[in-house]
Amino acid sequence: MKILVPVKRAIDYNVKVKVKADQSNVDLANVKMSINPFCEIAVEEAIRLKEAGIATEIVIVSIGPAVCVEQIRTALALGGDRGIHIATDLDLDSLQIAKLLHTVVVKESPDLVILGKQAIDSDNNQTGQMLAALSNMGQGTFASKVVVEENMVAVTREIDGGLQTVKLSLPAIVTTDLRLNEPRYASLPNIMKAKRKPVETIAADSLSVALASSVKLIKVMSPAQRVGGAKVADVNELVAKLRTEAKVIA
Amino acid sequence: MSILIYAEHDNTELKSETAKLVHAAQQLGSEINVLVAGYQCAEVAQAAAQIAGVNQVLVADNAVYTHQMAENIASLVSELAVDYSHILAAATTTGKNFMPRVAALNDVAQISDIIAVESADTFVRPIYAGNAIATVQSSDALKVLTVRASAFDAAELDNDAPVQNIDLVHDNTLASFVDAELTVSERPELTAADVIISGGRGMQNGDNFALLNGIADKLGAAIGASRAAVDAGFVPNDMQVGQTGKIVAPNLYIAVGISGAIQHLAGMKDSKIIVAINKDEEAPIFQIADYGLVGDLFDILPELEAAL
Ligand SMILES: Cc1cc2nc3c(=O)[nH]c(=O)nc-3n(C[C@H](O)[C@H](O)[C@H](O)COP(=O)(O)OP(=O)(O)OC[C@H]3O[C@@H](n4cnc5c(N)ncnc54)[C@H](O)[C@@H]3O)c2cc1C
Ligand SMILES: Nc1ncnc2c1ncn2[C@@H]1O[C@H](COP(=O)(O)O)[C@@H](O)[C@H]1O
Repeated sequence: MKILVPVKRAIDYNVKVKVKADQSNVDLANVKMSINPFCEIAVEEAIRLKEAGIATEIVIVSIGPAVCVEQIRTALALGGDRGIHIATDLDLDSLQIAKLLHTVVVKESPDLVILGKQAIDSDNNQTGQMLAALSNMGQGTFASKVVVEENMVAVTREIDGGLQTVKLSLPAIVTTDLRLNEPRYASLPNIMKAKRKPVETIAADSLSVALASSVKLIKVMSPAQRVGGAKVADVNELVAKLRTEAKVIA
Repeated sequence: MSILIYAEHDNTELKSETAKLVHAAQQLGSEINVLVAGYQCAEVAQAAAQIAGVNQVLVADNAVYTHQMAENIASLVSELAVDYSHILAAATTTGKNFMPRVAALNDVAQISDIIAVESADTFVRPIYAGNAIATVQSSDALKVLTVRASAFDAAELDNDAPVQNIDLVHDNTLASFVDAELTVSERPELTAADVIISGGRGMQNGDNFALLNGIADKLGAAIGASRAAVDAGFVPNDMQVGQTGKIVAPNLYIAVGISGAIQHLAGMKDSKIIVAINKDEEAPIFQIADYGLVGDLFDILPELEAAL
């Protein structure tokens, strides 16, 4: 089976982002960028399916400016077979991303598309579900277990009340949750080999998708800062303060 | 403006999020309908009819909606959408699952996790794990919004809105329900609790989480966890608080053996009062805690239970 894995170039999860002084957006100048952690889990899951003899080809796709090829190369070093870069300098919303990914789905006819559940920059948690709707496929979101059976995939999902398992007919869409697997690191020889793997670049505006977003960013502010830092000496002082100062316990 | 709210429920109980969404919807307009989609969910519909501000409750009661599968619910809601300017669902795993599908079927954007309404087309939402707060404006005719319920107060319960059955059946052959493993607990739900006590990697193992039970009993608290505690298998995933777990804002949040990574803070830093118990006085959690207690949790927890 062929697996398509969309990966997003996003701020590294260890970086605490700052808001620009003019409140126009966050400041990403000289900030470390990586593969969105949930996409890394998606890549890992695809590789494991290939190692298990279930998948035969893993296609990595990323949408964004030229630098996104870095993240495609990283995913290829981890075990992807080839890459597709959909080039655009526009800041796209999940709906436009899903529409562009849909064109790739139509062209490549993957049996399974594995996405991250959420990009840790926009925190949208939308693209996989939108792609499923546009492609008229079943969706297994927030996956903590993926089992491919004949013409089907069983997906165990992390839901608010616990776990839920659904069965999807293939082709299908899966989005990853953190517990699905622990991604590997790329070895140096594999990083070298990845440089020779094919990456095709397609201009986003050649794909007949309306790229204008209906959502306008008006401003970005820093969150209200908490004034914390006070310490108490012991449990008795803590309980007394919670009762009489904070008045949050009886 | 007419607004459709998707009721959060499990076929027997209406969840607390719904009344909070009604409050959010009242800032958008006054024509507010609530949709209860499920199976044998008449009681849920009755409960929704009591929420002040609701004009009408629509009930889609059919076996195809038993598990609220995204494929079925999205096509149901998408068909209903033509009559509305806004569709709201809670940013729970149910809402997050089907709402983007609704948006795509109607060819509009979704705005995720709103925490404030500025006007009928302008909304406020956290991005980058809550390290930035964005104000966004939508020009779509239909606004599809998921709402962070913890950011809104609940509407009152003094209404008796009409309940209408709707006979729309949306089934699919793409996906089917297999089974669910739901956590059974006598404690309040994390997203509804006034008090939460959470344990982190510092708890060392799952058995030690029992140290939180007595305190939770005395405070009527829900028990939560950091992702490290979930990852290490100490507790199930539905206890995870954070950017990618549950977002909570109780009156009192007690973090025990949790360092305070930004992803954890994203899920709890809007709590009214935060207490941190940690043996490392440099732990970042102390920077946001109203009351920090430095020490070994294995000494402190029994003392705290006794003192309450
Ligand atoms: C994409 C992504 C998403 C994530 N989402 C989430 C999320 O939603 N929620 C979340 O929580 N995390 C999330 N994380 C993980 C997060 O980055 C941290 O790794 C995690 O929160 C750490 O958990 P912790 O504080 O329990 O563990 P640690 O950071 O290991 O901290 C343990 C703390 O316990 C203290 N301690 C140890 N022993 C004792 C003792 N005997 N007495 C008192 N104190 C003690 C230590 O001093 C330390 O501060 C995410 C990470 C990624 C990459
Ligand atoms: N620009 C992009 N390029 C490729 N994949 C993307 C892009 N944006 C989002 N995705 C995919 O969609 C997932 C969810 O993103 P989001 O819906 O934006 O939170 C990500 O984890 C990726 O798998």
